[in-house]
Amino acid sequence: MANHSTTHPAHLHHHFVDSDQQFDAAKMGMWVFLVNEILFFGGLFCAYIVFRAWYPDLFQEASHELNTLWGAVNTAVLIGSSLTVAMAIRSAQKDQQRGLRINLLITIALACVFMVIKAFEYSHKFELGIFPGEWYTYTGFEHPKASVFFSIYYMMTGVHALHVLVGIGLIFWIYRRSVKGEFSSEYYTPVEITGLYWHLVDLIWIFLFPLLYLIE
Amino acid sequence: MATAEVSSNIKKLQVKRFKPAEDPKNTYLTDEKGLWAWLTTVDHKKIGLMYLGAVAFFFLLGGLLALALRTELWTPAKTFIEADTYNQIFTLHGAIMVFFVLVPSIPAALGNFILPMQVGAKDVAFPRLNLASFYIYVIGAIFTFIALFNNGLDTGWTFYTPYSTTTTTSVIWVTLGVFILGFSSILTGTNFITTIHKLRAPGITWSKLPLNIWALYATSIIQVLATPVLAITVLLLTMERFMGLGIFDPANGGDPVLFQHFFWFYSHPAVYIMIVPGFGIISEVITTFSKKHIFGYWAIALSSLAIAFIGFLVWGHHMFTSGQSAVATTVFSFLTFLVGIPTGIKILNWVATLYKGSIEMKTPMLYVFIFLFLFSIGGFTGIMLGSLSADIHLHDTYYVVAHFHYVMMGGTLMALLAGLHYWWPKMTGKMYSEVWGKISAVLVFIGFNLTFLPQFVMGAQGMPRRYYNYIDQFTPFHQTSTIGSYVLGLGLFITLFYLLHSLWRGKKAGSNPWNSRGLEWQATSPPDFHNFDHTPVVIHGPYDYHKPMEEFQLGLAVSHNGHGEETDVKESKVTTN
Ligand code: HEM
Ligand SMILES: [Cu+2]
Repeated sequence: MANHSTTHPAHLHHHFVDSDQQFDAAKMGMWVFLVNEILFFGGLFCAYIVFRAWYPDLFQEASHELNTLWGAVNTAVLIGSSLTVAMAIRSAQKDQQRGLRINLLITIALACVFMVIKAFEYSHKFELGIFPGEWYTYTGFEHPKASVFFSIYYMMTGVHALHVLVGIGLIFWIYRRSVKGEFSSEYYTPVEITGLYWHLVDLIWIFLFPLLYLIE
Repeated sequence: MATAEVSSNIKKLQVKRFKPAEDPKNTYLTDEKGLWAWLTTVDHKKIGLMYLGAVAFFFLLGGLLALALRTELWTPAKTFIEADTYNQIFTLHGAIMVFFVLVPSIPAALGNFILPMQVGAKDVAFPRLNLASFYIYVIGAIFTFIALFNNGLDTGWTFYTPYSTTTTTSVIWVTLGVFILGFSSILTGTNFITTIHKLRAPGITWSKLPLNIWALYATSIIQVLATPVLAITVLLLTMERFMGLGIFDPANGGDPVLFQHFFWFYSHPAVYIMIVPGFGIISEVITTFSKKHIFGYWAIALSSLAIAFIGFLVWGHHMFTSGQSAVATTVFSFLTFLVGIPTGIKILNWVATLYKGSIEMKTPMLYVFIFLFLFSIGGFTGIMLGSLSADIHLHDTYYVVAHFHYVMMGGTLMALLAGLHYWWPKMTGKMYSEVWGKISAVLVFIGFNLTFLPQFVMGAQGMPRRYYNYIDQFTPFHQTSTIGSYVLGLGLFITLFYLLHSLWRGKKAGSNPWNSRGLEWQATSPPDFHNFDHTPVVIHGPYDYHKPMEEFQLGLAVSHNGHGEETDVKESKVTTN
């Protein structure tokens, strides 16, 4: 029955009245989803708080096993990628196709750098026998509950790393669409909401870094 | 003749009356045909029906398991199954009923169908996510079935540690299943919140939202805030089993009570995910069949949000006996009493709506009365359980079992049945048999009380829950309960049969068999693929029974978004007859 009129832009889905409504809805949906994410990590932060309150000395001691330098580098890398993703959105708004593509590529590259550093950190720990849970064999420092800290460490950073991987996939998908020229100042919703997601991933790391690496 | 101009906030809208066709040619059911079209549809109505089918399937499965449990309890010792099997059956029964039936039943099945129609939208905000949520549900179900055929599960639906980390049954499959299932719930919630905010038709302000929408809104908020916590909890539990994570295991420095905190931080709000959408249905049905404006619109609307809010603060009442601190226990007990207030407000407003209404006792309304009766008992016994000293005695007895069945089955399920009968003509275009509807409602009511009233008595006398054997003293109670469950089962089977029968033999329903003022009833039955073949314009509230019907059938004269016919543009007057 629907005879689409000629003024109907290609990106507009049939159930929206106009582009504004579609954009607002997409953005709101993403915000609601981010609330979800915060509560999801909230559970882990809760566990962190409980165990840190119970074993403050363990957390201090175990924290020294983490490599603060690489953690700091990774923090810088993620903050940089948040900047470039914001610049990508800006480029899209201004119709600068080249800027959009380049910024997306830099973001992907930075995210990959983050993952590589994380992989080095993990493998170094595995060599020492610092595994999560009952696989823990490290004897570097004395504490009867030593594995608990690392269980939390692996859960938090592991779940975060998964989010980074998903983010890389999403940004790559946005990049592919930008190569096809799908985005313009008229329509850049996917770029913007992917950017929102990426900011959250960055933000969570900004909390994880001091909580895990910088306990004094 | 009435003029055709309705002023909205900014611009004048040209409206025209659209009287729904009584015998529509083109409906969502005829639009795209074939199995593949169904499986890949993004239409919220079809997705709603697919959910309804899935929920019905699981309800049947969970129900048969329940009958097996009740049959086993006919005698104090073994009747026909082994103790281990019994443990697995009650676990699956609980897990299926909670996670696969009650949580998705009203929002994902009925809500999906009705919500966009009630806000006058063509679909939910994210139709593809909606379809994805259905398949995520299916995948979650597959995981659970894998567990079923791979050692089963015997932890109870609550997965308490340390038992769940030590039992030899397959916990991981079910926790992963629940984890996956959570995403489907989250997607539905996200979709609904966005739809309600952004996709309302012209004229539907917050004060003209049907109460069903308010209820679904409150539900979605709980879903979005609570479900991720369940997700992380079962993920931690999975890891605990997989590699001895130690977070819940005292041997490694963990704490099993922490698991209970995590679990109930989701699962208490989750009971409101189950019941609040039921409240929405009750509000709709009760006004339609009293032909009267709802009493206390804002009180009902906002109490849903209040319940959603307070519901997040009471989880500790499940751990009064778990060694939680005395201060925490007292605070949780006090907060638990608070939940009773908004719930009571709702009940009082519903009853006030009935007062001096012209009540029409159709099957949906019958279920509303059953709901009011049963849910009140369930709620009051909840308050009793919330009192500290009483709960020390009653905790983990059949009293708790009876309490939550009165609220979950007597509440949510009766509301679901009310809604299902109420919207059945809209969804299918067919009328079910009113006579059989009433017969089975009465059977369900009798059966339900026979089953669960004795459990209050048994529980108060000390019969513990989740036990395979019992002392002889309880035999008469258990046997009454078992007989009751058969009556209940019979009633529900009859419902299944006459509903299915109506699909083939039912009378044509017409667009608005109940003379409701709700927007969804101003579409054809079954509705068009796009719900309305115009953009609805709403000038009255959904319960304005004192206003004439034609004022509820308005739509934009000039169609936008390229939908509708060109001729619309020429007509700019509303003719009223
Ligand atoms: C006025 C409202 C309510 C109050 C004050 C209340 C209070 C309670 C309390 C204190 C308990 C713990 C009993 C114990 O384990 O010793 C409990 C258990 C339970 N309630 Fe409620 N409740 C209310 C409404 C509901 C609703 C609406 C539902 C579901 C739709 C529900 C479902 C349950 C379930 C499933 C359990 C048992 C969980 C388990 O241990 O397996 N309750 N309730
Ligand atoms: Cu509770």
